[in-house]
Amino acid sequence: MSESFYRENAKKAIADDKLQAAINLIQDRFGTGLLNLWKEKPEMDELRNRVKAAKDKNLKNLDILLAKLADSVEARGGHVFFAETAEEARLYTIELAKRRHVKMVVKGKSMLSAEIKIDQALADAGIEHWETDLGEYLVQLDKDIPSHIIAPAVHMNREHIGDLLAKRIGTPLSYDPPALTLAARKALRRKFLKADMGITGCNIAVAETGQVSLVSNEGNIRMTGTMPPIHVALMGMERVVANMQEHKDMLQLLTLGAAMQKISTYVSFNGGPVAEGCPDGPQEFHLIIIDNGRSKILADETFSEILSCIRCGACLNVCPVYGKIGGHSYNRATYSGPIGAVIEPLFNGINAQADLCKGETLCGACLKVCPVKNNIPRMLLALREKLAYGDEKWDVEQQNPLEELAFRGVGEAMVSPRLWHTGEKVVRSIMKKKPHQNDMVTAMSGPGRAWTDDRDLPPIAEKSFARLWKEKLQNRPLPAEKKEDNSGKDEGEEK
Amino acid sequence: MSAGSSGTFNNSFLFNPMAKRKVSLFIQCLVDSMFPHVGEAMVTVFDRLGIPLEYPPGQTCCGQPSFNAGYQKEARKAALHFIELFEDSEDIVCPSGSCVSMVRHDYPELFKDSPKMQERARAVGKRCYEFSEYLVDQLGVSDCGATFRRKVTYHDSCHLYRNLGIDRQPRVLLNNVKELELIEMKDSTQCCGFGGTFSINYPEISTALVDEKIKNILASGADVVCGCDMSCLMNIKGRLSRLGETVEVVHIAEILAGSEK
Repeated sequence: MSESFYRENAKKAIADDKLQAAINLIQDRFGTGLLNLWKEKPEMDELRNRVKAAKDKNLKNLDILLAKLADSVEARGGHVFFAETAEEARLYTIELAKRRHVKMVVKGKSMLSAEIKIDQALADAGIEHWETDLGEYLVQLDKDIPSHIIAPAVHMNREHIGDLLAKRIGTPLSYDPPALTLAARKALRRKFLKADMGITGCNIAVAETGQVSLVSNEGNIRMTGTMPPIHVALMGMERVVANMQEHKDMLQLLTLGAAMQKISTYVSFNGGPVAEGCPDGPQEFHLIIIDNGRSKILADETFSEILSCIRCGACLNVCPVYGKIGGHSYNRATYSGPIGAVIEPLFNGINAQADLCKGETLCGACLKVCPVKNNIPRMLLALREKLAYGDEKWDVEQQNPLEELAFRGVGEAMVSPRLWHTGEKVVRSIMKKKPHQNDMVTAMSGPGRAWTDDRDLPPIAEKSFARLWKEKLQNRPLPAEKKEDNSGKDEGEEK
Repeated sequence: MSAGSSGTFNNSFLFNPMAKRKVSLFIQCLVDSMFPHVGEAMVTVFDRLGIPLEYPPGQTCCGQPSFNAGYQKEARKAALHFIELFEDSEDIVCPSGSCVSMVRHDYPELFKDSPKMQERARAVGKRCYEFSEYLVDQLGVSDCGATFRRKVTYHDSCHLYRNLGIDRQPRVLLNNVKELELIEMKDSTQCCGFGGTFSINYPEISTALVDEKIKNILASGADVVCGCDMSCLMNIKGRLSRLGETVEVVHIAEILAGSEK
């Protein structure tokens, strides 16, 4: 197998000590923290199951809920647009911006905005746009992409940030986090005051009330949704809940999952444009409900579970592979980590994202930590199955026919003990000829080489257990048959 | 029932009707071919406890490598072979958590389109146990009468810990080994990076993960690392050997079979 983009990036990330230290910190604090919380508070299990059940139910009734949501939003004076594709969502936004002569856009942190590539569309239309989440702002200044769903700039350390702000916005060189934050805040305030349009995502939309809820810890999203005259909220079509009770449950899991917070510093309920008696807010509110591949996922019962994801990013914080390779190694996709490994292939092609499907150990930590218990390992296996044999429904080409042949051969041996043990003999004799040190094989060729490049390999034993059993163990002298005595108590004294 | 604690062995199994059940050894491929002494150690432990044993001939591989690589058809064939082999067994005991997880949890999934086969898979899966789990939960054994004069740290293998929920059982057994000092390492439940074909397809990531594991093993100060899964242990052993580290790697059965004085 030639070195893929994924592996090349992974190697670089592994060699980057600063990145390793930064990810370690976030994983130790949030990942281990959340796992411990679930363990220490088993009563949380009920909440998790309740949210998952609500998600399940809502996904099954999505058409009805979305229609209700649209009605509720419109009743409050908002506009609703259903975008089937990313392109439709971009076009709607850009046309609206042009119509209203928008010159500058501020953005609240939104993964979906990255998914539909709105930034490029804004730039192409000559519209200035600024991220207002501190991490996203830094990433934008660095002309990079986020490397974590919740902590987009986790890959930057304070030295990097100090140099970046000095170079890009001319702040006095400093590596002091409060000073740097203040400098960014000052710069961002000016953008808020000037902006003609605010674009945010949508954490939860409530069908009953027609409100869009957004969580943040910096207050930037609230300003994005209220200060500019136009607020455009981008919403993945699966973000809808039926009522405020479901909203409350989901919000709790979201802030716990994202940052171990009982509640985030800000929770903004965006209920549409200003109205009589409600003087605060934008003049116009637009909700763009985006499909962009979600219907296809919803229609496949193997993968529909992934639409229950609340985008908290907890799976990134426990994944050992993410912990080593960081968010940028996932082919620089929008979503990284375990969640990215499932949805990116589904969104952007299973063949193109094969490394994301196969590049995990299936350790199961993501399943344990996921607030809604999404079975990511199961879905990774299903994706691998499509790569193994090819799949029409998802338009997957068989990835490696030779590999299938090999597995078929080994598969034959698995049902034929004689063939199996012959294979064992062959491998034993091959390995015997390879260099050894301290009873370990140090250099294999063929596929085994990938192992012995970094590790030694124990040899195949002279006699397998099956043979040992046949030759000596089955006729071994048994210890005196004292335990046949059923009377009990004395037996504890036996030695 | 507390009478068991008066004896040398702090066990309740002697009064447990389960003790009369016959154990069928499920020796996974890796132990069969590379680490047969682990199977022998299991036999020693069961003999000492007076548990009748059998070894159904014709065992190969449970199909997990195929399953994890996406080759479900091949995995299904291997599963059928296994089910036919062990269908008449009473209790099936294996020195590997991931193989037991495969049989218990994944076999029924593999046959979800065939209710009859799924039922057969479930029936076998229910009787299939990991070694330490069987000793502690089924037989009520906590002390195997072993002595091991070393400092030992324990690695929680992923499927053993997360899919089977086994973490207490091996520790109970190790804590009752005479003269053994159990030292917990940092992040004992973190994956060692093996992951089957993952270790071959993504060796650089796999190595980075096993290096993290080894860092924690060395920092614990233990001179032996033990676990319940030879695949993870082979990965750790292979890397320790390459690094020239002297920490020894053993399966828990080897410790429990030991009687060094």
